[in-house]
Amino acid sequence: MQEYKVDRRGYYGEFGGAYVPEMLYPNVEELRNRYLDIMHETSFQKEFQDLLKDYVGRPSPLYLAKRLSKHYNTNIFLKREDLNHTGAHKINNTIGQILLAKRLGKTRIIAETGAGQHGVATATVCALMGMECIVYMGAIDIERQAPNVSRMKMMGATVRPAMSGSQTLKDATNEAIRDWINNPVDTHYIIGSVVGPHPYPDMVARFQSVISEEMKWQLKEHTGNENPDIIIACVGGGSNAAGAYYHYMDDKDVRLVAVEAAGLGVDSGESAATSVLGSRGIIHGSRTLLMQTKDGQIIEPYSLSAGLDYPGIGPLHAHLIETGRAEAVSITDKEALDAAFFCSRQEGIIPALETAHAFAAMDKIKYKKDDIIVINLSGRGDKDLATFVKHL
Amino acid sequence: MNRIEQLFKNKGKNILNIYFTGGYPNLNDTETIILELEKAGADLIEIGMPYSDPLADGPTIQESGTAALKNGMTLDLLFQQVAVVRKQSNIPLIMMGYFNQMMQYGDMAFLEKCAEYGIDGLILPDMPLYVYEEKYKATFEKLNIGISFLITPQTSNERIKKIDELSKGFIYMVSSSAITGAKKGISEAQLDYFNRINGLQLQNPRLIGFGISDHETFSTACQYANGAIIGSAFIRALKASNNITQTIHNFIEMVKGKVTV
Ligand SMILES: Cc1ncc(COP(=O)(O)O)c(C=O)c1O
Repeated sequence: MQEYKVDRRGYYGEFGGAYVPEMLYPNVEELRNRYLDIMHETSFQKEFQDLLKDYVGRPSPLYLAKRLSKHYNTNIFLKREDLNHTGAHKINNTIGQILLAKRLGKTRIIAETGAGQHGVATATVCALMGMECIVYMGAIDIERQAPNVSRMKMMGATVRPAMSGSQTLKDATNEAIRDWINNPVDTHYIIGSVVGPHPYPDMVARFQSVISEEMKWQLKEHTGNENPDIIIACVGGGSNAAGAYYHYMDDKDVRLVAVEAAGLGVDSGESAATSVLGSRGIIHGSRTLLMQTKDGQIIEPYSLSAGLDYPGIGPLHAHLIETGRAEAVSITDKEALDAAFFCSRQEGIIPALETAHAFAAMDKIKYKKDDIIVINLSGRGDKDLATFVKHL
Repeated sequence: MNRIEQLFKNKGKNILNIYFTGGYPNLNDTETIILELEKAGADLIEIGMPYSDPLADGPTIQESGTAALKNGMTLDLLFQQVAVVRKQSNIPLIMMGYFNQMMQYGDMAFLEKCAEYGIDGLILPDMPLYVYEEKYKATFEKLNIGISFLITPQTSNERIKKIDELSKGFIYMVSSSAITGAKKGISEAQLDYFNRINGLQLQNPRLIGFGISDHETFSTACQYANGAIIGSAFIRALKASNNITQTIHNFIEMVKGKVTV
């Protein structure tokens, strides 16, 4: 049992661990020593659950998408994380981490963001708790996700551009880690996905696990069975996928589909399909799969979608994919855009560009007519309108 | 005993360790930089293996690494350059880089190349202590390669003792919990930290790094440790230079001051 949970040293099989310079060691160690105890405190759980319910608006609905189901001749449910406050799953994690940061006595919050959803979710909880908030964001992402930059600023966060490398999520993460090295005492780093050194991947997965916890009873209500046949989620770092898989990982009759961004095509040289193009190595303090040269230089990824434009995947997903527990599918920019338009017109739901990759996977995977399929609708597409409009 | 241990045995004080990035400012400057640094009076040289995502380094060193990679630097080429230098010089050489670089090269092949080409020690800031202890310590010892782990003001005394047990050559003392980037001056809090470390009776000598940039900071560091490491300030000098040899001599003279230390 529990072969997909993290082990005592922070590994999922051979992946994970905490490969951090000494300057980060005390902070990471403090988190490692305390996160489970804090998360299990009654007062923490009460505050967390109350906020998820009254502030985020959980449970998020599980909606039977009738027209999509008809089109694909199967049964497709959408887990509506797009209806959460701030418009994506990211807030499940930031609520959890800000409550944890308070209990650790931290007064200053930093975060990285790609699509800006995690940045917005972090700025939101910082406003809620009256904490200082600094968000690092790649200069290119600041441009392509402009509405989210304005939202962060409106809530009082400082948005700092990451100018190095590809000026996207990887570089924003580097800058956030640097900030933490420079501010080792008063600062908590709210990582936005199941990446980074242990205990982050496990901690973020636990905060996101509310997604599959709800899916169980919601599916039971809809279908009489709490298990679906297939769960589909997009994977940037992998937090929405981890949340959607979490309570099903040990149920091997539930197929897990991880959808990555192929960018212009897996073999185009402009891609972010880590499970295909990646190899074992270390990125952002974690041993996992990442895109790199044979000299170990990290390759700058590409995807039209800022939230999937990352050259690694979380160690849990590396483990799930390498052991064959999860199937990886890669979806190009074009396929994702088509899926975004299709979903919008079939269901009246405009998905985030990241999420659109998950929808597009329906055209790639095998399924049966009577299968129950859940697509994790990780976020809404308001932030991507400028991109969508160009392709109208 | 390797060259690093020999150095600390012969000259226990005022050790000047200069860091530069391999392949910067020009792809083939490695030989000139090492030989001129030695002539100018550096005791120990740390060669940075340029990396795309150097988490423990500040912007100056990151930029130099990006430029070096653009220049075409690879680990194989760097090893070749080191081999050429080794024929002409006996100065202790350290390579500093990230664990992923060693892993992708092939961890054991990397260590064997280091030994073969005359690298005396390694600094791999993101390699966990237990990974070193369980997987690599025996090989480092067999190949006579030293290893320097970092400590910071936040590192507990208990952990420092463990680090002292595992380090071989010297301990890299981060002067403040800040990324390499030449901060001005040394504060009271830092002096307290230096004194605390000196009270621990460690077996390894210590070099203070991060924020050492000139004569004043260097000589202060030398009062509290066996010497110091200068990185960013030297890279900045190279960046501004149009005559590397001259710049190196001026820089070392500036750091050491009028009085020879
Ligand atoms: C809506 C949405 N979905 C998915 C992602 C990808 O992140 P993860 O793989 O951690 O869920 C993002 C990231 O920004 C996002 O905004």
